[in-house]
Amino acid sequence: MTKQPAAVVGVGQTHHRAKREDVSMAGLCREAIDRALEDAGMTLDEIDAIVVGKAPDLFEGVMMPELFLAEALGAAGKPLLRVHTAGSVGGSTAIVASLLVQAGVHRKVLTVAYEKQSESNAMWALSVPLPFNMPVHAGAGGYFAPHVRSYIRRSNAPTHVGAIVAAKDRQNALRNPYAHLKNPDTTVESVLASQMLWDPIRYDETCPSSDGACALVIVSEDVAAASPNPAWIHGTVMRSEATTAAERDQVNPQASRDAAAALWKQAGITNPLEEIDAAEIYVPFSWFEPMWLESLGFAEENGGGWRLTESGGTAMDGVLPVNCSGGVLSSNPIGASGMLRFGEAALQVRGAAGEHQVDGARRALGHAYGGGSQFFAMWVVGAEKPSN
Amino acid sequence: MRDVAVVGFAQRQMEEFDGSPTCVELLVPLFAECYEQTGWTRRDVGFWCSGSSDYLAGRSFSFVSAVDAIGVIPPVNESHVEMDLAWAMYEAWLKIQTGEVDTALVYAFGKASAGVLRRTLALQLEPYTMTPLWPDTVSLAGLQARAGLDAGLWDERAMAEVANRSLTDAEKNEYSVRKGGSSVEELLARPMYADPLRKHDCSPVTDGAAAIVLAAGDRAREVRDRPAWIGGVSHYIDPMSMGTRDLTRSPSTARAAAAVDLDGVELAELHAPFSHQELILRHELGLADDVRINPSGGALTSNPMFSAGGIRIGEAAQRIWSGEVSKAVAHATSGPALQQNLVCVLGSTTEGASN
Amino acid sequence: MTRTLSAPVTVAFDYTRSTGPVLGRFLTGLRDAKLVGGRTSEGKVVVPPPEFDPVTHAAIDDFVEVAPTGTVTSWTWVPEPVAGQPFDRPFAFVLVTLDGADAPFLHALDVSSPDQVSTGMRVQVRWADERVGAITDIAGLEPATGNGPTAVDAPEGRLGENPVTGVITPVSLDYQYAASPEESAFYRGLNEGRIVGQRCPTCRKVYVPPRSACPADGTPTAEEVEVSQTGTITTFCIVNVPFLGQKITPPYVSAYVLLDGADIAILHLILGVPADEVRMGMRVKAVWKPEEEWTYSLENIDHFEPTGDPDADYDTYRHHL
Repeated sequence: MTKQPAAVVGVGQTHHRAKREDVSMAGLCREAIDRALEDAGMTLDEIDAIVVGKAPDLFEGVMMPELFLAEALGAAGKPLLRVHTAGSVGGSTAIVASLLVQAGVHRKVLTVAYEKQSESNAMWALSVPLPFNMPVHAGAGGYFAPHVRSYIRRSNAPTHVGAIVAAKDRQNALRNPYAHLKNPDTTVESVLASQMLWDPIRYDETCPSSDGACALVIVSEDVAAASPNPAWIHGTVMRSEATTAAERDQVNPQASRDAAAALWKQAGITNPLEEIDAAEIYVPFSWFEPMWLESLGFAEENGGGWRLTESGGTAMDGVLPVNCSGGVLSSNPIGASGMLRFGEAALQVRGAAGEHQVDGARRALGHAYGGGSQFFAMWVVGAEKPSN
Repeated sequence: MRDVAVVGFAQRQMEEFDGSPTCVELLVPLFAECYEQTGWTRRDVGFWCSGSSDYLAGRSFSFVSAVDAIGVIPPVNESHVEMDLAWAMYEAWLKIQTGEVDTALVYAFGKASAGVLRRTLALQLEPYTMTPLWPDTVSLAGLQARAGLDAGLWDERAMAEVANRSLTDAEKNEYSVRKGGSSVEELLARPMYADPLRKHDCSPVTDGAAAIVLAAGDRAREVRDRPAWIGGVSHYIDPMSMGTRDLTRSPSTARAAAAVDLDGVELAELHAPFSHQELILRHELGLADDVRINPSGGALTSNPMFSAGGIRIGEAAQRIWSGEVSKAVAHATSGPALQQNLVCVLGSTTEGASN
Repeated sequence: MTRTLSAPVTVAFDYTRSTGPVLGRFLTGLRDAKLVGGRTSEGKVVVPPPEFDPVTHAAIDDFVEVAPTGTVTSWTWVPEPVAGQPFDRPFAFVLVTLDGADAPFLHALDVSSPDQVSTGMRVQVRWADERVGAITDIAGLEPATGNGPTAVDAPEGRLGENPVTGVITPVSLDYQYAASPEESAFYRGLNEGRIVGQRCPTCRKVYVPPRSACPADGTPTAEEVEVSQTGTITTFCIVNVPFLGQKITPPYVSAYVLLDGADIAILHLILGVPADEVRMGMRVKAVWKPEEEWTYSLENIDHFEPTGDPDADYDTYRHHL
């Protein structure tokens, strides 16, 4: 028994904004879904099953919102699953959707991930004080900043590398009609001049808080035959470890390294830097680009990552274009952010990424992580049907 | 389709768990039981999947520390659904079907008593026009029960018969938090609580956790002489709106039933947190009169949120392992008034194990 | 002594929901004391209007005003109302099909006993005195009178002017939060001025706080180990950003402190030194609050401050980053 081939034939996303006050939650999801279906040339009625993903329910104040959304999403009378794996959820959700096809259970699966962060306040939702505890964290930035400091120390990185990433991703976002942040004036210098929020992380090195959704249509081989440009799934991996453990490597977690190794093996890739043409990596704070480049095996540990970034290797015209869409740093509807990475990777190999298309991209990485750098979800998609 | 069986099951159910809402300390002994039943260690498990709810625990990411109970060095192939254990099992079943893994351990947990469950579940409703009224679970079930009573589809006596049988069977289930049958007459003489429901028509607030072990083919045969082979598993969802669906029916259950082979089923474990819901489910599943219903006492006597559906699968599997029955159906539900439903057929042979 | 420590916690937020055009139209109607349904592709008038048609999946755009009177199609008695429900005295939740609609909607009926409600009874809307564009603009339903609902002042102008686009939904849930037995031992130690860890019987690592399951191998930590009140800053962050619910005024340093004798760092505050002088490797010690302020909390330790000793060598803590 092997996995049935599966391909992405439809990708849709919303215009991401700080507040999408023009739509309800259902309207937000349908905006992405309707675009994905149009891209796939399908109607909701053709869909066999729907997989919904989003991050904590406290963000919107609805427990298991997929239940009330079911009818609006066209799921009534169909199977519906709801995935929640913290920040990696958008990626995990796409992987669960692909399982439905790879297992041979369904032929046409729709998956949607969303977050409507403007309904509440993410900092509050992530930091509800617990009795007995000491509330010293300050949201996700406060959580990740010490680990960024550890990376800088460990790799002897110059302090402007984070700013290079931020400036690059914000410039890339100008080519993405759906991106939230559109700041043409962002430069390395302007990033360095922005307020230090969670030292060593500056304001411009952090992701925005966005309302948005992403949807994918994932289909079986026979259905994909009708698509002019399917993005074939070459490998999918999920790995988890603990939030905190004695001597856990929080800069380059073992779950991340293990996941990458398993992913490249599945996809038949031996030299990811050469063989991957575009990467959409979950970078909510700029420094995570060099950190993940090392962890994923694109660069040597303890410094290869920042050198690749500093050399311009991750720019649109670099050896490994990273986050041509503008990435999480430019749009961050949390629950959807992982699926956006997966979807943008699919757009690249389908030649459908528009102004942020990498010429001739044949294989691309979609990556997401969550929790305290403990949950990982990744896939490789390719223009060719996988031979393995 | 690959032949996949339930080969391990462990559960805890209690009125009030005094420990942490992450339930890690509940999961550790459950996993130990699963290892003992299978002879495995955690390294024999190819995939893990859990089900739980942040709102039940009252905090975001309430599931992340649960992986501690696994012991995650080296890291594991793992996922989480904000759903009942039965759907976590479905994801694991898919994973095994792809051939990526041969074994899985799925688990779920919930400390419903940490909050006021009747209020917490109001957050599960349509947030614009329903939640602001804070309709509680019992009230929504009451509207459903009344609809069937008014339509003459069931009566108070039929509901009391369900309760009496469940309470009687629960006496033999060490995990049931409410037990003690009497007679239909005695139950009917008790006062109304939330008219048309009496207290025994409603499941008690229950804390708990459960784990299920799945294995494919020979891996299952290595564990048990009579694995409980999954003959089919199917699930569907209906719209939530209380106004536009026929509350006396459960189309998603009927649809799921149509996708599996229920012929020859001897036993049914149905996830019916309210007595009248068992009547709806029996009708939609088309169960014959001689099918034994809920020998565990069912969710009416013990309904730990997020594991009670999966526990139905575990209870049915145990009766396959023991030789008590050769074919059983288990059902799980989610959402208000039976909105979402899953049906799983278990059998002592792999015949018809593909659906 | 109870097995575990527990304390109340409230999770509360006033959610700001944008409604989109369909629900917005319905809520605009309520604000203006009018009931608006949506007509589906099958010709049925549904209140509140579904956002998308159940058959064609297109956005509903055919709106119909229905009457503030209707018929009960199902009901249930609510003997013990919970916080937030429309009435704090016993009442009935009912499904009511308004005159002109084809499907019922859910609301509360204000009657004093179950004898006063029945399927098929006629009811009418009781408008709230102040209406803002929310489902609670209907204060409740009441048995129908011959004259219909009490008239209320509806704003001048045409239905739908200044449409409602958002609604604020306060959500406040009370929980009783319990610490695990292992965490409880830790907090009880803090109440005695001690920092208590436990050793994992499998991997022998000392966890502070102790864990119900050692994350490496899944074994509960057991053997109690009191660790030092002095330790090393492994890494840290200077928090300059204020946020909702924050208890400490920025800027402040939050740091991972690896206490001597422990195999995992705890997160705490660093004071007694300018923020920009805090270093990785800095040696720090616990500064406790006055004993009379101690509870069962990590907050008994007010902060950590430098010991003045030389910094720890990087190699002594590099595996804890």
